[in-house]
Amino acid sequence: MELLVASAVGILTAAGVYLILRRRSFPVILGLSLLTYAVNVFLFATGRLVTGAPPILNKYEEVAYTDPLPQALVLTAIVISFGMTAVVVMIALGAYLSSRDDATAMPVEADGAEEEA
Amino acid sequence: MMEHLLIAPVVLPALVAPFIIMVLRHHLDLQRIFSLASAVLLAGVTLALAAQAADGTVKVYELGDWPAPFGIVLVLDRLSAMMIVLTSLLALPVLLYAIGSGWDTRGSNFHALFQFQLMGIMGAFLTGDAFNLFVFFEVLLIASYGLMIHSGGTRRFQAGVQYVVFNLLGSTLFLFALGTLYSVTGTLNMADLAVKVAQIPAEDTALLRVGAVMLLLVFAIKASLLPLHFWLPSAYANAPMPVAALFAIMTKVGAYSILRIYTLVFGPEVEATAGLTESWLLPAALLTLGAGAIGVLGSKKLGRLAAFGAIASMGTLLIAISLFTQTAAAAALYYLVHSTLAAALLFLVADLVMERQGQWILPQLPMPQTGLISALFFAAAIALAGMPPLSGFLGKLLVLDATRGAALAPWIWGIILIGSLVTIIGMARAGSLLFWKGHGLTPEDTDTSAEPPVDTLPAQPAQLPFVACFGLLGGLVALTVFAGPATRYAEATAAQLYAPSAYIDTVLGRTAE
Repeated sequence: MELLVASAVGILTAAGVYLILRRRSFPVILGLSLLTYAVNVFLFATGRLVTGAPPILNKYEEVAYTDPLPQALVLTAIVISFGMTAVVVMIALGAYLSSRDDATAMPVEADGAEEEA
Repeated sequence: MMEHLLIAPVVLPALVAPFIIMVLRHHLDLQRIFSLASAVLLAGVTLALAAQAADGTVKVYELGDWPAPFGIVLVLDRLSAMMIVLTSLLALPVLLYAIGSGWDTRGSNFHALFQFQLMGIMGAFLTGDAFNLFVFFEVLLIASYGLMIHSGGTRRFQAGVQYVVFNLLGSTLFLFALGTLYSVTGTLNMADLAVKVAQIPAEDTALLRVGAVMLLLVFAIKASLLPLHFWLPSAYANAPMPVAALFAIMTKVGAYSILRIYTLVFGPEVEATAGLTESWLLPAALLTLGAGAIGVLGSKKLGRLAAFGAIASMGTLLIAISLFTQTAAAAALYYLVHSTLAAALLFLVADLVMERQGQWILPQLPMPQTGLISALFFAAAIALAGMPPLSGFLGKLLVLDATRGAALAPWIWGIILIGSLVTIIGMARAGSLLFWKGHGLTPEDTDTSAEPPVDTLPAQPAQLPFVACFGLLGGLVALTVFAGPATRYAEATAAQLYAPSAYIDTVLGRTAE
């Protein structure tokens, strides 16, 4: 299972970085989403991988349990990345609609001329 | 009641912002009044907190009354007190400027976003928990995305996309770093991290070093250190200038985090990360200063000039921080206050010029109030370049003095002095093009398309923008005149930073024993 989780994080990160380097807003946003999935899985694994155990300590007997804190961190990270994705979609849409160009690089501007009315 | 004062800098803007959105959405005057009242109250609260922290006590506020390693804590020491006072004293003139120049009318929700931004910055300075630091980073960033594209425009949106994408990448890296640290230490409370990191044997610290480097990269992105500074020039130059002036404190959040984490958690005595920050941070900081100075010289637009000026000042600040000695930290803290005020002043003066003449640094017809604006530009330029008589000179002198014993001292001296010279030349070039050459022109000489938007300016110009600029200038003058008390406070702060046991003991509740 460790190999599965580790390769999932690796593949998601690699795909995310590749898409971000495409420098067009739609692939960049997809790449950012993949990166946040990768980091969520990674955060989930930081409390050690345990299957079938509740995140609850039992003080009367020794039982297997899983660390609840990374789950809380992942929940926070999911909420934040969801909100951020929504924001970046809106801003990228605004940039595309006003410039008719979805490149994320700043265009080279004319020298010395007034370009904005 | 008094112990709850510590959370007021976070709660106050967090309450005012939704109130402005939900209740006052259609009442601009009331929005302005509430926003200003909140800023004034914040200044009062932060000054009261600073008075509490000035004697060197560390105050802890446990959220939900959970004790430290389990719950989230807010911690007030000299450093965080200084930073929140600086934030609130910066916010007040910037808000006055935004109201006086009418920037807050050019889009919706300016005041609510401004309050959310303040909430994020205050929280980032006060929190004593690394994951909570991430959350407050996100709060201040998401507000800054809204402020950055305030009033719209194609170039502003394009620069906004870059800014958002770069910072989202930074946030992802931040989470990776925190996850790595948590998997090694099992805690994210900064004081608890400091204890746990010191206990880990040196041969088991490979993952810890990875986490420390990733964390440094994240803070370097925020502080616009050289290879990671690319987001800053176009973001600051295309943001509304009053917003860019507020953003002057945002790069300092990165510098503050470096100073906090790499003295408290990965301090000089932790052998796992020894030499890590010194060997990478200092050369990068030197290059940052060089790039900023060259950028100032080569800027064709006023906004970019101010943005590169901010990068150059971040370079000087990070040089002082990266030495990680107590005297250098004291110099860095003094310079930090100065460079925040100076960069904000330059952005506001740049906006005064751009409102009248457009954004290009070209000879144009004299504008209304040329004399006053050029005097302000002159003051901002010498402040940022570090010329006497303003506090930039003292700050640079302190930094140079603190680096005397360092191994790279000749390089540091050379680059700071040459960088200052290049900055001065760049500022002088921009100033003489803007304010002097225009006097020889006749109306026919100038391109009609570059006509200043005279009709949008009222016949009797608003006084408030000038009040704001002179407020910031007054802050710089006060920092110069009261340099003695200011440096003493900075030295006491640095001493507290390099003796973290009081901080750790107070946060973990070990003072009773």
